Amino acid sequence: MFRTRPDHRPETVQVFVEGRALMVPEGSSAAAAMLIAGLPAMRETAVSGSPRLPWCMMGVCFDCLAEIDGVANRQACMVPVAAGMRIARQHGAREVPR
Amino acid sequence: MTARRFDAMVIGGGLVGSAIAWGLRREGLSVALLDEGDAAYRASRGNFGLVWVQSKGLGAPWYQRWTRQSAESWAALADDLAKQTGQSLGLSQPGGLHLCLSDREMNERAERLEQMKREAGNYGFDYRMLDAREAREMLPGLGPAVVGASFTPYDGHVSPLALLRSLHHGFAALGGVYLPNVKIMGVATAPRNFLLKTNLGTIQAERAVLAAGLGNATLATHFGLKAPVRPQRGQVLVTERTRAALPMPTTTIRQTGEGSIMLGDSVEEVGFDTRQSQPVMAEIAHRAALCFPWIGKLNVVRAWSALRVMSPDGLPIYDQSETLPGAFTANCHSGVTLAAAHGKLLAPMIARGELDPFLAPFSAKRF
Repeated sequence: MFRTRPDHRPETVQVFVEGRALMVPEGSSAAAAMLIAGLPAMRETAVSGSPRLPWCMMGVCFDCLAEIDGVANRQACMVPVAAGMRIARQHGAREVPR
Repeated sequence: MTARRFDAMVIGGGLVGSAIAWGLRREGLSVALLDEGDAAYRASRGNFGLVWVQSKGLGAPWYQRWTRQSAESWAALADDLAKQTGQSLGLSQPGGLHLCLSDREMNERAERLEQMKREAGNYGFDYRMLDAREAREMLPGLGPAVVGASFTPYDGHVSPLALLRSLHHGFAALGGVYLPNVKIMGVATAPRNFLLKTNLGTIQAERAVLAAGLGNATLATHFGLKAPVRPQRGQVLVTERTRAALPMPTTTIRQTGEGSIMLGDSVEEVGFDTRQSQPVMAEIAHRAALCFPWIGKLNVVRAWSALRVMSPDGLPIYDQSETLPGAFTANCHSGVTLAAAHGKLLAPMIARGELDPFLAPFSAKRF
């Protein structure tokens, strides 16, 4: 669904979305990488388990929560990608870190 | 311009006012509930959400009894509102813990609760002091800084915003008249005859219930009443949602039905300043992380402050005006805990036109 503009070709970095390697423009957000990955959903909500993809892309709606490099519940739209970043699905509310 | 006439007008649409208005409507009175707007201080939007008994009424057993009566009526209130609105309030009353982080805190707590049991007399007061091991069994994940806790079976918690919404919906469903964005421009009073000039027209009622929170301090003087309340700031932090981790609330930490952990219970005397302050937020977070080290690893996603409606001795104030009978005040900082008492016990007294004698110690005459 999402493609980069043909006139805009920055350097790319490799990230992993749900284990799948993906080249995304440098400076993108992890949420953009999730959209480029084209998955039907990236998390289930904490209360009703409803499927979600990133939405507002500006840090407000919390619909892009994901596990990034092993840390749960991160707002993916607020996190710039880095080479080798691992972005994984957030299943409902996070476990309590013990 | 003709006045709109009601059996009762309730001034203040927060938790206290809406609970009383709901209760009066259930008694069959025609009721207007007058609310201010977003410019109001709105303590009822900043609540922590405890239905809390165990700390209330040291040296004032009548306050302990009033609080207990409310806690005991709370399940019925939640049922009534759920039937009317189809909304759950997320009420849970599994008992609660007050955590102690030093032997001194533990000793003070034990003395306090022992005194409350003594003062409760025949009414009784069940509590237990728990050592660290027992407390850990009740609340897994407690940190090594916790030396013990007090437990009472009466405590619980609820969603305060769902409560406010349900009281408003319930009141409207019963045919109550809700008037928001009201500005009072003039008051004319006579015994059992109150006339309010407002930006929405003139409102007339036989009963006037002042439940305007901090606004009562000034408002009461027009009705031959006293309400010496002052603002006391409290700050709240809220973490990201987690799986269920806390089976019961503590005095300062609770997990909502949706999974957020709320941290609070700060006390500051800063007048009408509703800002937040970094040192207090840090202290709230620090103490929470001492109690539960895993909370220190969670992200805080929201924080706010709100102003408690505090009387000089911290207890509620309930009065009927002697010079202008029919005018009542209700003032307290426990709009959630006391919602059941206000809706189910106080409102019928106001409908009858007389406060029960056991509420006499709550009169502002004590100041």
